Amino acid sequence: MPSLGADMEAGTLVEWRVRPGDAVKRGDIVALVETEKGVIEVEIFDEGVVEKILIQPGEKVPVGTPLALVRGATEAAEPALAEEEKPAEAAKEPFAPAASPIEPAAIPPVPSKRPHISPAARRRAEVIGVDVFLVEGTGADGSITLADVERAASKAVEPVKSAATAADRQAGLRRAIAAAMARSKKEIPHYYVGTEIDMSRAMAFLAAENAKRPVTNRLLYSALLIRAVALAIRDVPEMNGFWIDGAFKPVEAVHVGVAISLRQGGLVAPAIHDVNKKNLDEIMREMLDLVNRARTGMLRSSEMSDPTITVTNLGDQGVETVFGVIYPPQVALVGFGKLTERAWAAEGMVVARPAISASLAADHRVSDGHRGGRFIAAVDRLLQEPEKL
Amino acid sequence: MTKDEIQEVVLRVLGRIAPEADLKTIDPRTSFRDQLDIDSVDFLNFAIGLNKELGVDIPDADLPKLASLAGCVSYLLSRMKPQG
Repeated sequence: MPSLGADMEAGTLVEWRVRPGDAVKRGDIVALVETEKGVIEVEIFDEGVVEKILIQPGEKVPVGTPLALVRGATEAAEPALAEEEKPAEAAKEPFAPAASPIEPAAIPPVPSKRPHISPAARRRAEVIGVDVFLVEGTGADGSITLADVERAASKAVEPVKSAATAADRQAGLRRAIAAAMARSKKEIPHYYVGTEIDMSRAMAFLAAENAKRPVTNRLLYSALLIRAVALAIRDVPEMNGFWIDGAFKPVEAVHVGVAISLRQGGLVAPAIHDVNKKNLDEIMREMLDLVNRARTGMLRSSEMSDPTITVTNLGDQGVETVFGVIYPPQVALVGFGKLTERAWAAEGMVVARPAISASLAADHRVSDGHRGGRFIAAVDRLLQEPEKL
Repeated sequence: MTKDEIQEVVLRVLGRIAPEADLKTIDPRTSFRDQLDIDSVDFLNFAIGLNKELGVDIPDADLPKLASLAGCVSYLLSRMKPQG
């Protein structure tokens, strides 16, 4: 069971998207897991063949529990989807699976062998989509009967049906946010810096771009803000990474968590990956997709687990300034308020300009106000040259 | 397409953007933003959804005309007529 955020303790397996014998590669979606933040698509980070399913749909297990065994091309089977200890001996002797945790004798049903099943039961299983490898046989010699298939089918449906109601999930999400934010406020010595950013160049750039673009390729200013934050990390890398075990672990990749408030209450902050390497169109497309999937409750495990910095844009709610709370184990959160026309003094005159308030909440164990100020200044500077974003 | 058919498409697209909303209670003259707590990203997704379903391009300057159900339907009707 992967950790889909610092606030997650356990998850319920909803559905397998793979079955024993299937080949999987890095990034494949292998299962659906229900958490307080909705149903998440779990990706795999190994390559190999699914050897055995360990957790059945409907089971709720703590983070770290192996969900399935995956046998790699050159190594013995190992627990996948969890940061469990890898069988070191097996890795040294890739062709000696006896050292692996699933030596053949330990698995009573050999997955590759066709189970005994009556023809009627097999037909029924195919029709209703039951994996016969997962059905417990109660017939003669453990063969699978029609009744076994029906029972397995009803079991497979049950967990989804009996999965947390909306109200339960709501309460769970609230608890998860409470735990993460309490930890943040208890452990992280926050400091805050903020500034007003002149957005006239950025908005003129957007207006010119959007006039040329079909509705499917439009840009929102949020994409510029996210990109500017990601690029500002080049100047002040200590905003990007995690505080783990009493030390800052900087991260090279820039995965920007985007805070999305859920209308039923609560919020999620899934990541747009490698924002520093993506152009505005790519960021925009991913942001639209991310918000859409957050609304329908279908985010992916990697998006939930690995943002390296978070951006929250509360401008739509009409607030002027955000005073952010860092999402642990991250070390910084950038907040943007409402974009409005303001009286702006420039070149000895007061003019009306679109402006936005940007704030940074950062971890004082990692950086100081001076560096935080430099970071926000870099965001400002980048937004003054929107065509370079 | 008739007005009713367009309204049906608008509500269907809206249902994908705000799956938790009760679309039957929508007041046609009040903005979606006020009724459904829709943000700018949702609104763009909504416009893209309409474009995909109806094949009508919506210039950036026209986006505010999509703000309410009634506004949406009459705007789309006017954009679709000349082509038919």
